Amino acid sequence: MSLLSVRDLTVKFAMRDETVTALNGISFDVAKGERLGIVGESGAGKSITGFSLMNLISRPGYVDRGEILLDGEDVVKMSDKRLRELRGDKMSMIFQDPMVTLNPVLTIGQQMVETLLAHRKLSREEARQISIVKLREVYIPSPEERLDQYPHELSGGMRQRIIIAIALLLDPQLIIADEPTTALDVTIQADIMELLLELCQSNKVGLILITHDLGVVSQMTERTLVMYAGRIIEAGRTREIINDPQHPYTQGLINALPQQTLPGHKLRQIPGNMPSLTNIPPGCPFNPRCEFATDLCRTHIPEIARYGDVEVACHEVARLQAGGDRQEQSA
Amino acid sequence: MKDMNVPPSPLVEINALEKQFDLDQGWLETIKFRNGRLVRETRAVHAVNNVTLDVNKGEALCVVGESGCGKSTVARLVAGLLTPTSGEIHYDGRRIDDLSRAEMQPLRNKIQMIFQNPYASLNPRMTILQALEEPVRHHNPAYSAAEVRDKVTEVMMSVGVDPSWAKRYPHEFSGGQRQRIAVARALTVDPEFVIADEPISALDVSIQAQVLNLMLEAKESRGLTYLFITHDLSVVEHFGTRVAVLYLGSVCEVAETATLFSNPKHPYTRALLSAVPQLKDDRPNHIRLKGEIPTPINLPPGCPFQSRCAFANNRCSAEKPKTVQQPDGSVVACHAVEEGRLEDG
Amino acid sequence: MSTETLSPSTEPSRWSKILNSNLGYSFRRNPVAMVSMIIFLLIAGAAILSPLIAPYDPYDPAQIDIMNSEYPPVWIDGALPQFVFGTDDQGRDLWSTILYGTRLSLLIGVCAVALQAFLGISIGLIAGYIGGRLDNLLMRMADIQLSFSTLMVAIIFLAVTQAMFGSEMFNRYAVFFLIAVIGVAEWPQYARTVRATVLAEKKKEYVDSARVLGFGPGRIMVRHILPNSLSPIFVISTVQVANAIISEASLSFLGLGMPPSQPSLGSLISSGFDYIFSGSWWITVIPGVVLVVLVLVINLLGDWMRDVLNPKLYKG
Repeated sequence: MSLLSVRDLTVKFAMRDETVTALNGISFDVAKGERLGIVGESGAGKSITGFSLMNLISRPGYVDRGEILLDGEDVVKMSDKRLRELRGDKMSMIFQDPMVTLNPVLTIGQQMVETLLAHRKLSREEARQISIVKLREVYIPSPEERLDQYPHELSGGMRQRIIIAIALLLDPQLIIADEPTTALDVTIQADIMELLLELCQSNKVGLILITHDLGVVSQMTERTLVMYAGRIIEAGRTREIINDPQHPYTQGLINALPQQTLPGHKLRQIPGNMPSLTNIPPGCPFNPRCEFATDLCRTHIPEIARYGDVEVACHEVARLQAGGDRQEQSA
Repeated sequence: MKDMNVPPSPLVEINALEKQFDLDQGWLETIKFRNGRLVRETRAVHAVNNVTLDVNKGEALCVVGESGCGKSTVARLVAGLLTPTSGEIHYDGRRIDDLSRAEMQPLRNKIQMIFQNPYASLNPRMTILQALEEPVRHHNPAYSAAEVRDKVTEVMMSVGVDPSWAKRYPHEFSGGQRQRIAVARALTVDPEFVIADEPISALDVSIQAQVLNLMLEAKESRGLTYLFITHDLSVVEHFGTRVAVLYLGSVCEVAETATLFSNPKHPYTRALLSAVPQLKDDRPNHIRLKGEIPTPINLPPGCPFQSRCAFANNRCSAEKPKTVQQPDGSVVACHAVEEGRLEDG
Repeated sequence: MSTETLSPSTEPSRWSKILNSNLGYSFRRNPVAMVSMIIFLLIAGAAILSPLIAPYDPYDPAQIDIMNSEYPPVWIDGALPQFVFGTDDQGRDLWSTILYGTRLSLLIGVCAVALQAFLGISIGLIAGYIGGRLDNLLMRMADIQLSFSTLMVAIIFLAVTQAMFGSEMFNRYAVFFLIAVIGVAEWPQYARTVRATVLAEKKKEYVDSARVLGFGPGRIMVRHILPNSLSPIFVISTVQVANAIISEASLSFLGLGMPPSQPSLGSLISSGFDYIFSGSWWITVIPGVVLVVLVLVINLLGDWMRDVLNPKLYKG
């Protein structure tokens, strides 16, 4: 059985005049110790996916339907008490900005010890020892001293390591990392990613990595979901998706990277913008930007279905895979 | 320190540029109590230290580095938004860093700037039309209303913004569209030299390509020269003619783009290049840097990179390396490169 | 550039509609604001139209008969039906006098706030934008000004002018003196708020962009920064109008404001105060209630506006 199983998850936001669907029937699984990447641009719904897994969606947002089964228990229907037990213990989350995730008025030690005591029957001294061990695991030099420091005394990279240490404090089975290195420099990002990968592998922890950076996904994950306008449009093994993307959007996303074009040449851009959630076009949400769109695409939403090794939500994928006449526009 | 094989014609010359920001707000704060005595000491952030760079006509010079390396400060100094602590900036042979606002006026339509955040760089209370007409009117007071409108329409078309949207306000546009409008605004005055401070880092991947293409196109059709500030090395490889790598306000390496990417010399450049996540990698694969970045408040003597460099020795901690020209034309500031310690180290 | 389709979100002229609907929406959802607005409009409308509405003209000595003095309001025994709220000590119809008085109070309040706003916004813009020593100097001036209470400054100023020009001359120009003194005494409120907003706006890139385009400081301040600083100015303006009306009433009550011959709400309350123990409580209480209601609804509207225009909640 998979560790996490999301079925038909739909999240809506009740806005002033209308209800906006931010996530539309998302389904995926994460096996024990598996590393899954969720890729998409801003507005695709990838962060909302992360938040809803922790049941952190708050008004005006709500889970409209669907279930999130963590080890067979539905997170959506869980009581607040059970949720509190679960968060941090069975699954924990790493947020984007290390500068605001830690409480600035508590020392690192207080924050770590409090977390431990809230979930485990330990003495303060035992909790402190565990904290030191965890800090050492994330390569924090002289962890005993760090415990008595305040977050502002540490650099961004150091803070993100401490946040990872806190996320690992209770040996969770799943870590959800929402753009964990976007706020950091590339050299620091590389260190943090390597650390995260190493810890997940050695502790057999599942990882859901939410990011916009295809390079990071490629380095870190085994499987990838590509999201667009609140839907999963492509899912499969990361290598397959990076090397041989099937959905026109995924293709466009990869081709738009500067690495994919000779220096000084025009980049292969995707025209237009991601639709805002209040104004999603009928049919396939990608159709106004898609060069292969047909009348079917403009009226019917494609279901996600298996094509070869990957799952794709595209009417035209069979034709594209056949390498068929790309110019032809069926009437 | 000047480049030896003099390139065709430098449009902008930056000479030994320094910028320090005082941390103490006012005289009273500089008084400190030390060892039983009152002493006066000032603390300053050394944002830019002795930077010398040339930007040649028609090229795109990319300045890369991590946060806090002073790359944005360099851009703002060249744009005249900040005044240098010392050093000189020449534009087309004329010194511009000490000009008053009135003296600078004729140059204001030659040097333009594009900013990082398209959500903040357009005045939210002005329509697109107002925002675009204002600079045209300001720099061409003799233009008739029709000429102003023609100019604005021409620029809007050239950046791919439909002129029929001119009456809208910035908040009605997406980030990518706003950045197009910001580019259009810079182009309304027909500049020669455009400083772009991280113009695409706030945008989504698919939109980045659109704006980058737009800037490349403007470079070709209008013969622009760019000073392009970024932290994204894959953009540099694509966009830059030459690259300058900055670390803690000092130049590490300046080279032709192709040379830098095929044969990086400075240890920091190497680490930086290896840290960029590549699509072909299936696991992190980079040169690990030890230690932490020192603060730019109290810079250690010697090489700014020594605390994180695997090749640092005593000389590196005592003496700041000078930039030295390499056989392949790149300029590197590193004792280890100079002494040939890297290849066998 | 390739002619690509950038998805249009709304029609061009929508901006004003969106803004209106944003303010309008929260207004429709907020019964307190609606009731306050209705009461305010009723009071203000009646005050502005007082020459048309009022049955008597309190400025016309021919319509005043001292024999009519101190008649109670109509719901009390012994009233005359033509004097709805009764009469004051000089025999003026209280209803008419309140209408005229409210008009005067509102006029002084609004004009004094306009003067405050003009001074405060100019000084705040300059201090915030230019910065440095000038900023220090202007803000220390503001601090000093604030350390005197408005009433104290006004009392000294008005007492001195009254002594200098004599009471007849003073009474003739009392409106202008009151506007000037209330206007000058409270400019630091505006200057501080505007300066704080300017400091925040100045850091934004559109200001840098304007500088790079070569615009002068005057143009940047007025054309770029000021329009983006208007929300807090609106909010404090409502509060300041309420404060100015209270200041005027207090000064008039102390005999340093409007003379009894040109009654404002404050001087009406004051003139009735002498008769409160002789049983003619209405001369003080009715104008007092009007004053309290007027100030209360303005403040409630100010609160509502602050919530709506709060730059943290409202993203333009």
